[in-house]
Amino acid sequence: MTAPSYTRADFQTDQEVRWCPGCGDYTILASVQQFLAGLGRPREEFVFVSGIGCAARFPYYMNTFGMHSIHGRAPAIASGIVASRPDLSVWVITGDGDALSIGGNHLIHALRRNVDMKILLFNNQIYGLTKGQYSPTSEAGKTTKSSPYGSIDYPFNPVSLALGAEATFVARTLDMDRNHTQGLLQAAYEHEGSAFIEIYQNCNVFNDKAFIQLTGKEERVHNRIDLEMGKPIVFDGGAKAVVMRDGQATVVDSSTVDPKAILVHDPTRPDPAIAFALSRLSHGPYGPTPLGIFRDVSRPTYEGQMHAQIDAAKEKNGEGDLARLIASQGTWTVKDPSSNGG
Amino acid sequence: MADEIATAEPSTTTNTETLDKVVIRFAGDSGDGMQVAGSRFTDASALFGNDLATLPSFPAEIRAPAGTLPGVSSFQVQIADFDILTAGDSPDCLVAMNPAALKKNLKDLQQGGTLVLNTDAFDERNLAKAGYETDPLEDGTLDGYRVIKVPMDDLTKEAVKDTGVSGRSVLRSKNFFALGLLAWLFHRPTQPTIDWAQKKFARTPEVAAANVAAFQAGYTFGEATEAAKITFEIKPAALRPGTYTNVNGNTALAWGLIAASKLSGLPLFYGTYPITPASDILHELARHKNFGVRTFQAEDEIAGVGSAIGAAFAGSLAVTGSSGPGIALKSEAISLAFTMELPLIVINVQRGGPSTGLPTKPEQSDLLFSLYGRHGESPIPVLAIASPSDAFELTIEAARIAIKYMTPVLLLSDNQVANGSEPWMLPDVNALESIDVQFAEHPNGPNGTFLPYMRDIDTFARPWAVPGTAGLEHRIGGLEKEAITGNVSYDPANHQLMTDSRAWKVANIVNDIPDLEVAGDEDAELLVLGWGSTFGSIRAAARRVRLAGGKVATLHLRHLNPMPQNLGEILHRYEKILIPELNTGQLRKVIRAEFLVDAKGLNKVAGEPFKISEITEKIEEMTK
Ligand code: SF4
Repeated sequence: MTAPSYTRADFQTDQEVRWCPGCGDYTILASVQQFLAGLGRPREEFVFVSGIGCAARFPYYMNTFGMHSIHGRAPAIASGIVASRPDLSVWVITGDGDALSIGGNHLIHALRRNVDMKILLFNNQIYGLTKGQYSPTSEAGKTTKSSPYGSIDYPFNPVSLALGAEATFVARTLDMDRNHTQGLLQAAYEHEGSAFIEIYQNCNVFNDKAFIQLTGKEERVHNRIDLEMGKPIVFDGGAKAVVMRDGQATVVDSSTVDPKAILVHDPTRPDPAIAFALSRLSHGPYGPTPLGIFRDVSRPTYEGQMHAQIDAAKEKNGEGDLARLIASQGTWTVKDPSSNGG
Repeated sequence: MADEIATAEPSTTTNTETLDKVVIRFAGDSGDGMQVAGSRFTDASALFGNDLATLPSFPAEIRAPAGTLPGVSSFQVQIADFDILTAGDSPDCLVAMNPAALKKNLKDLQQGGTLVLNTDAFDERNLAKAGYETDPLEDGTLDGYRVIKVPMDDLTKEAVKDTGVSGRSVLRSKNFFALGLLAWLFHRPTQPTIDWAQKKFARTPEVAAANVAAFQAGYTFGEATEAAKITFEIKPAALRPGTYTNVNGNTALAWGLIAASKLSGLPLFYGTYPITPASDILHELARHKNFGVRTFQAEDEIAGVGSAIGAAFAGSLAVTGSSGPGIALKSEAISLAFTMELPLIVINVQRGGPSTGLPTKPEQSDLLFSLYGRHGESPIPVLAIASPSDAFELTIEAARIAIKYMTPVLLLSDNQVANGSEPWMLPDVNALESIDVQFAEHPNGPNGTFLPYMRDIDTFARPWAVPGTAGLEHRIGGLEKEAITGNVSYDPANHQLMTDSRAWKVANIVNDIPDLEVAGDEDAELLVLGWGSTFGSIRAAARRVRLAGGKVATLHLRHLNPMPQNLGEILHRYEKILIPELNTGQLRKVIRAEFLVDAKGLNKVAGEPFKISEITEKIEEMTK
């Protein structure tokens, strides 16, 4: 069987896309559709699972198998799909409220178990669908409808959180940068196990320009730190560099350090300490912020081990025999008194 | 093997009395091994051929302070030479391993009953811990009972001294000493217990040897000292011919799931979170990976049901299990499964509530919650297991309904069914009816489209199209779906249609439910209606009433939604209706509302099953 040749249109559905005009979700949808079309893998082998929120509408627009489930639970549901059918390619679409607030528990446990699902977290730092309350990634002090005096919640750094949750693949990208996004989708797809990608996504209605430091023409050259495997971490046209100092990743003027002291990026380091240090370079998209793959290490997958145990049990004990099972606690026989047997 | 069990030789110098039934309760500190003693006594009796029923009772704490009343653990078993239905009301024989066990259980012992006491435990400290101001062995408390005083600590130490156990392990064999003594007192075969101990402790031969030595010492002690003037024998029961095993409800339920997986050809997926008293289902399933069972110990209750929903979407026989508080957490997800119309089995092993309530005690207080405890209009099928041996069959039934009708099904058990045991005649597994599964394979709409909500004209079920099937790509979700296409729809008329369709689909299951049959006196004035684990107590009470010359009919519901078609007709045939329930009247409320009959209740929430006498008294009162 030859690989199917698809265009982006093959992954579109006949459903009207209902995000606000100008929403970053449109760009991400296009990136994902284009990426999947390029893989040439049969469409029916993809499953998209989402929870609740603006981002969660995503599966309706993907001509694959899909489920728009309930708030926060997509990683749990996806775990059941993957455990049942490890042959499928399962993707979770979630948002900052869905993944980090109501669904925080499921996210961290899916990551630690290394269930083979690709989690795309659309982080717009706001609640969009419920019309503009602060979210677990909103900056402290943010004034919203539910925080008229400023939010007193300290925000999560999703990349730090994923690293702390023992994730084996952690990355960050931007909705607008379709090439960068597709590069990360490819890497996540190739990764065996759970992959977590934080996508900065602009909500132009309730939190416009939240990522301006990384997207604005003027600002982005100064603030975008591209993490690339094997390369020294420099940015701002080479003017700035990242070094490790006192166990912390620190931004310095490149001219002030020995080039050999500049941190060389390697997401495959077994220990997550340096990846974590890089995630702490910014606690939000407010200044120099790293984009790219923070961590990409290999660890046995949950479903791989589950099925290995099943195979081993069948090998050792033979295929289950129901009659033997129900007699396994000891039996006794009552004879028919009319027969002469006993 | 079972045919060759030898009966204990009856003692020659004591008299033997033959009983048709006897109720024995083993009680001690939770560290005293009473559950083991009780279940060994039970198994030996099962292999001997008695009918039996058991009721374990343990503290909610894993290790409540030693010697205290809350730390008492007990195991009650009734054995008989006829088919009994419950573990009995009050023991004829009580084993009390310490003062606390005596204090907590003595009130239940029959007048004139036999009391076996470990006198070594009756020191000042233990008496104080149990709240005894004077020594009950001396102060007349035990007058009127046949008391067998045994210094069990000393005798156990003596018995095990050459077996190689030392330190704290020595007294661990005390329960086997007690067991040996009871084996003598009730003429139990000894070999099954010895074989069991040798197999169970094969990896620690010294422990096996100590237990066997203590067991034999207990037996010999009875024989040599003629510890009681009368010993008892209970002849084998004339059960229906067949091969039997002694099984508890949790185990039978787990086996039912495995059987349903075999019968449907679907891999079994069990997503769950540990909770008393449902965890043993997970433990049992996790052992049987060679049946292809996938167990998923989730991060919480919601993930347990969530993972099962994912597994159902992906074509597994999907199951989640919990107890009341956990089911509450799953409620939102069950409604999702209901509207997505995916097959899912939800097991609720009920316990005393509300909230953490009485985690180790039986109660039937989640009926209304099962029927109505979801947001939106979401009626789902509800089944309730009647007894431990009913669990296997009803679990298969739950799977059959879930798959045939593409719906979540709630399967109710409770602590009494889950941990109680009784003989179960093994079914012929080759004769079990297979469960028909039809995955959608081809587009069912015009121009090669797939319509995920195109219903089957008979069952009203939608097609089950699993990922990986070319041409059937589709999306489902929690938003209201348009009939036939499954596309998101906010259309008012469509919501009405879909709400009605889902309700009608579930109501239509009634066609698969066999008609109910009244037991007892069809022409009685009074009908006693029950559901779930009260089955045995109600039947036993009715039998007692009839033996005394009274007339009564009984009826038992295993299907709570939809209810069997002929229920209304039966109810209206009787002048009086009594509904005993271990809750404050939940089925009664439903029956009164649905059938407009003046049903009366007998209700109890005391963390224990009905005593048969409680039901007989009520029947007598109503039929006076
Ligand atoms: S509210 Fe914001 S996130 Fe939601 S669709 Fe509109 S722009 Fe996008």
